[in-house]
Amino acid sequence: MKTVEEIKAAIEAAVPRAGVEIVSNPSVSAQHSLRLAPGCALEVAKFLRDDAELALDFLSNVTGVDWPDKEIAEKVKVTRAVTKTVDGVEQTVEETVEETSKRVVPGCLEAVYHLYSVKLKHGPVVLRMRTVNRTDQVELPSLTPIWRSAEFQEREVFDLYGIVFAGHHDLRRLLMWPEFKDHPMRRDYLEPDDFEFEPTAHDVVLARAEAHRAAHPGASSDQEGAKA
Amino acid sequence: MDEQLKIELGKQGIVATTFEELYNWGRRSSIWPMQFGLACCAIEMIATTMARYDLARFGAEVFRPSPRQADLMIISGTVTKKMAPQVVRLYNQMAEPRYVIAMGACAISGGPFKQGYNVLKGIDRYIPVDVHIPGCPPRPEALIQAFMTLQKKIDAQPLTGAGRPRHLDAQQQGEFPVPVQGEHDLEPTSNPGVWTVPVVIR
Repeated sequence: MKTVEEIKAAIEAAVPRAGVEIVSNPSVSAQHSLRLAPGCALEVAKFLRDDAELALDFLSNVTGVDWPDKEIAEKVKVTRAVTKTVDGVEQTVEETVEETSKRVVPGCLEAVYHLYSVKLKHGPVVLRMRTVNRTDQVELPSLTPIWRSAEFQEREVFDLYGIVFAGHHDLRRLLMWPEFKDHPMRRDYLEPDDFEFEPTAHDVVLARAEAHRAAHPGASSDQEGAKA
Repeated sequence: MDEQLKIELGKQGIVATTFEELYNWGRRSSIWPMQFGLACCAIEMIATTMARYDLARFGAEVFRPSPRQADLMIISGTVTKKMAPQVVRLYNQMAEPRYVIAMGACAISGGPFKQGYNVLKGIDRYIPVDVHIPGCPPRPEALIQAFMTLQKKIDAQPLTGAGRPRHLDAQQQGEFPVPVQGEHDLEPTSNPGVWTVPVVIR
């Protein structure tokens, strides 16, 4: 099978302005993936399926990744003029100060596709696509027209991560009910506070059960000190 | 009637019984379960009905595909929040007398998925459960044990007075509110007429 670099070159030869990036995997498996620009993804996918040398005719898996907004603190050395009182005389002294600057890297949602070729018995080729952000611009092109097996899995990703697949013909929630508003696999999802009865709580559950008890003092299920 | 006298009479070929005994014998000897399974516990439930364990020996002769014809609901497996309203609705459609066995860790408490966002923490939050069986999944013997426990419970019920079965008590509620699937969780999260927060003594 071709390496990711060769696949990238083949895609760029077939689809100009494809905007393919290699995302390397430093682990021993070395399963590098290709990040596609959402604009040309459908064309690239069509090429990957129909190309004689690749013939990636089987989509085995679609999943999502949530990348929350990340705050990065950087320490920068800054030299500036500071007014100081030295030996009773006011002077302006050059001083080097270490400053921490914080910047927020905006998060995004990512869809991951694993492709195999049944015809040529090779794979996997991993495709990734990223949304602009994780709040209002969460659209990605659906690859269901290319691989039919993406249909339910894209619905699942829509349900659990909230990625909207444009071009999907039946994008409804798959696992949760239609009235449900949240996306449970997102990192900032807060599950409902139903920790009223936790007889053997520990770790996170214990913390949440205690928080629930503090918030609902009347409805406490515990009898503190009632030990016989 | 004196138990010893009844045995003596039986030796003489005279059968003495009470209406209550006859009625309860009839009730406990033909409990037909409803034919539905929710998860992996259902596989054990199916095994229990097959030739090796043969639940039919105890009167669970056939599994009925309609709630109208069933007496027993075996909650065999994980009750997800998406499925819970349907389970309660099916229970409401069953005719009295009706019984519920909560089979396995998930059905009684949520089991390994208890802290998940999509699993109900025990079906006893919405409908009255007669027998709980722990296990993940419980073996067929455990289900048979639960079935026999239910039969003993039915046998011990008087037909009048405080401990009488629900269908003979006009004051008892017959219909249980079906939870609504809300924007974040089921609403309400439990039926207070059926389930209150148990007291944990630490």
